[in-house]
Amino acid sequence: MNAIELAPYRDAAPLEVRDLACRRGERLILEGVSFTVSPGRALILRAPNGAGKTTLLRAIARLTPPVRGTVSLSPERMTWFGHADGVKAQLTVAENLRFWAAVHGMQDITPALEAFRLADLADRPAAYLSAGQRRRLGLARLLVARRPVWLLDEPTVSLDAATVATFAGVVGAHLAAGGLALIATHIPLGLAEEDVLDVTPFRARESAEHAHDPFLDAGFATARDGREEVSR
Amino acid sequence: MMALLRRDLALALRSGGGFGLSLAFFLIVVVFVPFGVGPDTGVLARIAPGVLWIAALLSCLLSLDRIFQLDWEDGSLDALALAPLPLEGVVAMKALAHWLTTGLPLTVIAPLLGVLLNLPGAAAPWIFLSLLVGTPALSLLGAFGAALTVGIRRGGLLLSLLVMPLYIPTLIFGALTASRAGDGLDFFTPFALLGGVTLLAAALIPFAAAAAIRINLR
Repeated sequence: MNAIELAPYRDAAPLEVRDLACRRGERLILEGVSFTVSPGRALILRAPNGAGKTTLLRAIARLTPPVRGTVSLSPERMTWFGHADGVKAQLTVAENLRFWAAVHGMQDITPALEAFRLADLADRPAAYLSAGQRRRLGLARLLVARRPVWLLDEPTVSLDAATVATFAGVVGAHLAAGGLALIATHIPLGLAEEDVLDVTPFRARESAEHAHDPFLDAGFATARDGREEVSR
Repeated sequence: MMALLRRDLALALRSGGGFGLSLAFFLIVVVFVPFGVGPDTGVLARIAPGVLWIAALLSCLLSLDRIFQLDWEDGSLDALALAPLPLEGVVAMKALAHWLTTGLPLTVIAPLLGVLLNLPGAAAPWIFLSLLVGTPALSLLGAFGAALTVGIRRGGLLLSLLVMPLYIPTLIFGALTASRAGDGLDFFTPFALLGGVTLLAAALIPFAAAAAIRINLR
């Protein structure tokens, strides 16, 4: 594994999550989630499938606005990497990465290609990549985005052991540069700087409580009455 | 933003993109009409502007669901929502890319295909100009419909139903501009209204569609 080094992030700040309640659709999934991640640390989210790891990450990214609670950092400092890797099959590896670099105002994609051992594949259309290579290309987006907070949802799916080690090395370099990461994963990454949070205890008790809804709050009273009848 | 436009154009023009489909559909409809209606040149000349406009509108509709659906499926839309680009800009660029790959080619070949329909010579430049001014509204309104239905599997049907009523003003004013020009009548009013619809769509749709996408990403 070749050690890579990232330029330090300028605006390192801890990510504080206080009393967060988040929902998926109409259902409240998690409530009372509080934790702090300092720059240079990774928080591993552990829980069985369906416990709400993805929901929590999406709420922190404000992709799904949280029902209650606060997140100290704005989404402008975060990058999201989920189950779908955002790779376009018709574009080459370099074109895919150059697009995300341009969106984030970056020029040089070579370090990202090299970090994920994609330099030899740069001119190959992504349609001809294996599942693991495609995943690596998706992950390389994290490096061209240059955001201090990484929100990673199952990043190691379809990666072999060697690539998991490469990926752990990249995350390590990100942490060493003053970044922080929230990672939902079942595979131990073996990071020196990791803490583990089990999401299960935060499962919402009143699952029937209907969450904040802009349409209902705007006074569509009949809809609300009807719903409460159903839920009781 | 230019990177997004370049990427969407590349995706549309490469294999698997929707570029050829709309153009081929337009061609097929316009070629079939004389066979269906019959070779009476007087009838064809009278209906030509309307047929060209309806064919352009349907061709546009064909590729609308690709505007956001593919990006939603592969996770790009999540990443774009967190990217430094405003989502309103993303919508505007994607609508522009859609217009450049459907509306603009249709506009360019419409006067040529007009020959097949015995389009009056005086109307040919105005078919071109009315499509040039009107088709951006089709892409913009379509982007709004696509934003509303993103995330719905096989949302194409719902999308068509949502967008159809929004297309009616553009269709009426566009076809009227060309047919009045062909008859040598004053066509300024429908042409101005056609431009007005497009400008209104350009001003409002990016915000409406971005709001719809934010709701659909939840």
